[in-house]
Amino acid sequence: MEEVLAYKSPDILADTPTHFCPGCHHGIVHKLLASCLEEAGLARRSICVAAIGCCAFIYNYVLVDSLEAPHGRAPAVATGVKRSHPDSFVFAYQGDGDLASIGLAEIMHAANRGERISVIYVNNTVYGMTGGQMAPTTMVGQKTTTTPGGRQAQTDGYPMQMAEIMAGLRGVRFAARVAVNNIKNLKKARKALFKAFEVQQQGIGLGFVEFLAACPTNWRMSPVEANARVAGDMIHCFPLGVFKDETPEER
Amino acid sequence: MSRIFVKGNEAIARGALDAGCRCYFGYPITPQNEIPEYMSRVLPGIGGQFVQAESEIAAVNMLLGAGACGVRAMTSSSSPGISLKQEAISYMAGSDLPGVIVNISRGGPGLGDIGPSQGDYFQAVKGGGHGDYRQLVLAPASVQEAYDLTMLAFELAFAYRNPVMVLGDAIIGQMMEPISQREPVHPDPDESGSWRLEGSGERKPRVIKSLRLAEGSLGDHNLHLQEKYEKARRECRHEEFLTQDAELVVVAFGSIGRIVKSTIRRLRQEGYRVGLLRPVSLYPFPSSALQELAGQGRRFLTIEHNLGQMVEDVRLALCGQARCGVYGHLPGNLPTPDDFEEPIVKAMKERK
Repeated sequence: MEEVLAYKSPDILADTPTHFCPGCHHGIVHKLLASCLEEAGLARRSICVAAIGCCAFIYNYVLVDSLEAPHGRAPAVATGVKRSHPDSFVFAYQGDGDLASIGLAEIMHAANRGERISVIYVNNTVYGMTGGQMAPTTMVGQKTTTTPGGRQAQTDGYPMQMAEIMAGLRGVRFAARVAVNNIKNLKKARKALFKAFEVQQQGIGLGFVEFLAACPTNWRMSPVEANARVAGDMIHCFPLGVFKDETPEER
Repeated sequence: MSRIFVKGNEAIARGALDAGCRCYFGYPITPQNEIPEYMSRVLPGIGGQFVQAESEIAAVNMLLGAGACGVRAMTSSSSPGISLKQEAISYMAGSDLPGVIVNISRGGPGLGDIGPSQGDYFQAVKGGGHGDYRQLVLAPASVQEAYDLTMLAFELAFAYRNPVMVLGDAIIGQMMEPISQREPVHPDPDESGSWRLEGSGERKPRVIKSLRLAEGSLGDHNLHLQEKYEKARRECRHEEFLTQDAELVVVAFGSIGRIVKSTIRRLRQEGYRVGLLRPVSLYPFPSSALQELAGQGRRFLTIEHNLGQMVEDVRLALCGQARCGVYGHLPGNLPTPDDFEEPIVKAMKERK
C-alpha cells in the first residue's frame, strides 16, 4: 500500500512536550507561527524577541534565533534588532500583561514609528505565569485572584482593546484580532499572520496580530469550558476582525 | 590625527563613531543633549541608525537588541535617566551582551539639579540593577579623555561581552577643549560571529537570554561572570601625579581629579609634599596601586563631588594599612582649585 504523508509538523517546531497547561492556546499559536514562518521562507532569517510570562519559553519550541527581552520591552528590543540588522525578519511574541500593561509605552511607540517588525500578541485576559491576577484585558465581571468579586469597571477600569488601538496608529499597516478556538478561526489567523509578515517584508510598517487565547488553569475551567468561553464572552468583548489592512493589494 | 575644538559631549559622540558605533538610541535629558544631537546629524549619513526613543527605558532596550546582533551601539543619558536604564543593564550583564552606556551625571537624589556631581559613583560601580553582576566603568577627566575612553569602552564591551559605562559629569560634558582625533577603528566583522543573532541560516538557532531555571545553571552562569570580571582586572587604569615623594596622596576621579591636580601644583610651590592618584577605571578599581603606596607609608585623602562614596573603595583597598579621610564637595556648584586647598592642608597637618 502506498504511504501518503497526511500531516507533517513544521521543521522549526521542536519535537518535545511543552510546559503549557492542558487546553492552553499558546501551543496552537506556536505551531501556527512556526508553520507560517516556514511556509513564507522566513524561518532561517528570523529573530524572535521573547517576552516575559508563559510565552517566555517560545525559544524552546519555535527554533529560530531568539532573544529574551525584559518585561514589556520586546518592541523596543525588536526595534534595536531590526535597526541594527535590517535584513533579518523580526517578530515579538508577547502576552497581554506584558504588552498592554507594563509595556504599553514600548508597543505604542514602536507602532507609531512604524517599525518594520511583526508583533504577535496573545491575549488570555490574565497574568498566567504568576497565577491568574487581573490583566489590563480582564473582562468586566471576570473573576481573577486580584478581582475576587469580578473586575469592576468603576475601580478597575475596562479591558483594553489593543488591535483597535494599534489600527489607529499610522505606523501600523496591518492590525487584526483572531482566535484559534476552531478550524475556521485558525484559517483566518493564518491569513492574518501572513499579512503581518508581508507589511514587514514590504518595509512599510508594523504588523500586529492579536490572538484570543484560553487559559483554563487560571480561569478555573476545563479545556472544553475555556474554549467555549473564548467563543462566547471573549469574542463578544473582543470582536474578531481585520481592523486595518494596508498591504499593497488592499490599498 | 586632526585637532578639533569641541565640547565633551561631542567628543564622546565622535569617539563612539570613530570606534565603529553604528546605532545610537537616546532620550533627551540635560546635560548630555549634545550627544544625541550630534548622533542625529551624523549617523544617518554613514549608514547608521539614530532613534530618539520614547523613554530611557526603551533606548537601553534598543541597545540590548543591537548588542544581541553584535553591532556596536550606544545610549547616553544623565543620572535620573540612568536610573531607568538599570533593569536592562542587568539583563545585558546576565545575557553576556556588549553595549556602551554614557552617564553625564548631574546632582541628585531625585530630580536634583543639572549641575556637576559625582553622586552616581555607587550606582555606576556597585551596579544599580538587580543581581550579582558588574559593569566596567571609565571616568574621563578631560575632553580628550572623554573621546579616548569612549573608544576604549567599545573595545572592552566587545572583548568582555559586557556593558561598559563612561561616567562623566556636567563639567566634562559641557566643557570645550581641543582634542586630537584618531584614525577611525574598523571593527572586525567577525568579532561577534560566534554568538550574535542574525537569523540561523544553515547553523543551529541561537538563544540569548538571562533566564536560567535548570538546577545549577544560574550558579554556573554567575561563576562564569565572576571569571570574566576577574579577567577584566587587567583593564585597571589610573594616573599618578607627584606621588613619588608625597606624604599625602589625594585620591580623586574624573573632573574632580583634574581640579585637585591644579590644587596640588599650587601646594607643591608652597612646599607641601602632596600627590594625586586618579582612578581612570572605577571598576575595576586600581586597588593594587593604592596598596603599593600604602606600603610605602603614604597617607590618603579622598576628595569627591559627593559626600563620600569612592572613599569606601579606597578604604577597602587600603584594608587598614593606612587611614583615608574624605572631603566631600556639595553638588550645586562648580568647585575650583581653591576649594580643595584647605582640606588638603588640614589633612597634611593632622598627623605627621
